[in-house]
Amino acid sequence: MTSAPLLRVRDLGVDFSTSQGAVQAVSGVSFDVRAGECLAVVGESGSGKTQVLLACLGLLASNGTARGSALFADRELIGAGERSLNAVRGTGIGLLTQDPLSSLTPHLRIETLLTEGLLDRGLATRAAARERALQALRDVEIADPESRLRQYPHELSGGMRQRVALAAALMCGPQLLFADEPTTALDVSVQARVLELLALVRSRGVGMLLVTHDLGVVAGLADRVAVMYSGRIVETATTDELFRAPKHPYTAALLAAVPRLHGVAQSRLVGIAGDPPQPSARPPGCAFAPRCGRAVDRCSDSRPELTASAEVSPLTTAQGDSMDGRAWPITAVACHRPLQDRAEIA
Amino acid sequence: MSTTSTLLQVERVSVRYTLRGAGLLAPARALEALSDVSIAIPEGGRLGVVGESGSGKSTLARVLLGLVRAQAGRVAWEGRTVDYDDATAMRSLRRELQVVFQDPFGSLDPRMTAGQVVGEALQALAGPVATVAAQDRIRAALSEVGLAPAFANRYPHEMSGGQCQRVAIARAIVARPRLLVCDEVVSALDVSVQAQIVNLLHELSERYQMSLLFISHNLAVVRHLCDDVAVLCQGRVVEQGSRDAIFGDPQVQYTRELLAAVPEPNPTLQRARIALAVNVSRVKR
Amino acid sequence: MVEVAPADARRQGLWGDAWQRLKRSRAAIVAASLLLLVCALALVGPWLSPYTVEQVDWTQATLATPPSLAHGHWFGTDANGRDLFARVWVGARVSLLVALLATIVSVVIGVAWGATAGYLGGRVDGWMMRFVDVLYALPYMFFVIILTVVFGRSLVLIFLAIGAVGWLTMARIVRGQALALRSREFVEAAIALGLPPATIIARHIVPNVLGTVIVYATLTVPQVILFESFLSFLGLGVQEPLTSLGRLVAEGALEMESSPWLLLVPSTVLAIVLLCLNFLGDGLRDALDPRQRR
Repeated sequence: MTSAPLLRVRDLGVDFSTSQGAVQAVSGVSFDVRAGECLAVVGESGSGKTQVLLACLGLLASNGTARGSALFADRELIGAGERSLNAVRGTGIGLLTQDPLSSLTPHLRIETLLTEGLLDRGLATRAAARERALQALRDVEIADPESRLRQYPHELSGGMRQRVALAAALMCGPQLLFADEPTTALDVSVQARVLELLALVRSRGVGMLLVTHDLGVVAGLADRVAVMYSGRIVETATTDELFRAPKHPYTAALLAAVPRLHGVAQSRLVGIAGDPPQPSARPPGCAFAPRCGRAVDRCSDSRPELTASAEVSPLTTAQGDSMDGRAWPITAVACHRPLQDRAEIA
Repeated sequence: MSTTSTLLQVERVSVRYTLRGAGLLAPARALEALSDVSIAIPEGGRLGVVGESGSGKSTLARVLLGLVRAQAGRVAWEGRTVDYDDATAMRSLRRELQVVFQDPFGSLDPRMTAGQVVGEALQALAGPVATVAAQDRIRAALSEVGLAPAFANRYPHEMSGGQCQRVAIARAIVARPRLLVCDEVVSALDVSVQAQIVNLLHELSERYQMSLLFISHNLAVVRHLCDDVAVLCQGRVVEQGSRDAIFGDPQVQYTRELLAAVPEPNPTLQRARIALAVNVSRVKR
Repeated sequence: MVEVAPADARRQGLWGDAWQRLKRSRAAIVAASLLLLVCALALVGPWLSPYTVEQVDWTQATLATPPSLAHGHWFGTDANGRDLFARVWVGARVSLLVALLATIVSVVIGVAWGATAGYLGGRVDGWMMRFVDVLYALPYMFFVIILTVVFGRSLVLIFLAIGAVGWLTMARIVRGQALALRSREFVEAAIALGLPPATIIARHIVPNVLGTVIVYATLTVPQVILFESFLSFLGLGVQEPLTSLGRLVAEGALEMESSPWLLLVPSTVLAIVLLCLNFLGDGLRDALDPRQRR
């Protein structure tokens, strides 16, 4: 896979100024997203995964500042002005958020919601935009698109709303789609339809940055995964590698904590004791050390850096394991005592 | 299985909401939240009620607690019909039947500390308790859910979601209920915290022989926690049985589809499902 | 069993949290300080002046003398030779007192009415709020005038009359908040505990609307002062020898051309009080806004 990445993020950080001083929500995040591939950023609440997405689009809250670099088609997004960002939003990068009820303006008809991006920018006439909207609705498999165009968001079911939101995100033909917890607010049966649509979108060459906490969604949709904990990436790998042989103790614990529908039903689930540290009060050293079963003294003293894995697993099909700035490693872990093989997981 | 007594019986309960019709002169519409629902929970048993949005599972919880009245059917506690209008009967029922809700922050009064929340429940359910004894029982309840005594002075916004949910559980169990209704209690929590809370509920249920009515849309969690399962769809029970029967050999198409749709953290399986679905829709076009 | 050790949180409580946020709003702090200054002067002002409120100063060239430091009439004298400095602060005292008492009356009645209506909902809510609507529609000024004529101009009557109207808006606002709170899960949890409605309203609804109530109370006070001033302007306000800012403004307006200070001084004090209350109200609203909490 030697195509240049659509989005190249290096050393991204997000700080918030609060009454208790500056708080680092995200630090040192780097990754690439290529056309037609899906990178999943996985983490629990407080990991900072949503802030990464918002920082790239310039959508941080007023007391947040981003640092580092996010190059989209050779255009720097971090610190860019509104005009520069608006040229990218919608046409370059589309955004699909969690709750379609709040992402679709309630008092506007579906047609308006879908066509406003094109019409505002003067990219199409009203008739052409309407045609595009009809086609977009057909692409997300909504039956009878003509009558849907005249409806309001509250008249549609949750799943249909999310599909409309997906259509709206893709209306201006972006090369990259940011999806923030796209299926979390949906019923299970509807989730499957939306996931299928996202897979279709990806197969058409659109790159995807998927932010989620749901490992089941990641398993089916993502090509590569980056696991975040307390504002930093602790592990990155291909999906198969990550699920088969996680290297970071947090990843392994997270996988162990997910209840499964198949296999032995245990009455005791495997949780992770304690809570993630407050961003304003992170311990020195590894942020996961207080909760890690494998921690040693070194872990609390010095923070492990993200380092590429020495061996390349036979399951890895992608290249690019150099860390000198051109390509970003596919497989890396930030741990002083990474897991070597599956047998070590308790 | 030993013949334990039935603690709670729900017989053919129906709940109808009347919605005003759209427009001035349109007739009122009836929304059947629950139709003809019957379930039973044995002493010390754990029943999972699963369903998607609109299935009526939350309405069922509210009917049991008396927050919503049923238009048909009856609820029986230890064989005797419950009269939700009888204040005295309700007072003693509430001691035995308590609830934990979904939103960990929303279910606690933002202006009360954890200790005050549990204390209020203690006073309301267990009758007047002397201050010293009350403090002891509050501390004991907090420690049972795994919270150090210092948490008694914390406000909800000073605690994490998991800690707030523990406080909510402490509030519910302080008077030693015999049945705990859990309405989507882990849905708003992270996976790692979810596991902690599920384990806590299991532990409490085993230790005090406390029955659980565990309402959730998360089938995998229900599979691990509950012995029996009832599947709701649009207000009706479509299938009921033991955990192994429902998950191992579902009889009804809806249940099978529901199980098939749950995303599993298994790349091979998930990709195959999506590929299958993509092919199916390609054929459809 | 896992014992979870609590993290070292900044122990502030909710009011402390709001207080911190309030302190950060410079406008609110300045307004609050100025207001405190005015209140302090209203309390001790008349004693600072070498003259009393009623004493007529015959020693000056004219009865109404302009302000100057020389003869000790720092704000000048009015048409009857009385020291304006002392009179302004007595007037401020009366205006603030009336405003405070009337606001308290309207808060107490309004919160009780609104919280009950919002919590109970349904038909009871409907009847209670229709009653409020009817009272709103009445020609209020008309009634106050009739009452004043019938019962005479007493201070008690003034603030009862004002309070009796001020509670209407408060009730509406509180009712809206109570209605929203009712569907929150912690209220449902309280119902599930079997607590009676009165306890739930007092313990769970009212404390959670207090933030809004405080904000609207600070915005009600200016309205009350203005209303009282208007009554005084019409000649229906407080009686001699008591005076209020409104009366002083009314008297000053009559002498505007010859003795402008008689109008300027009380109007300025009145304007300062009203401005400060509005700024303080804004600051409080920002500080108590629950969405800004973590």
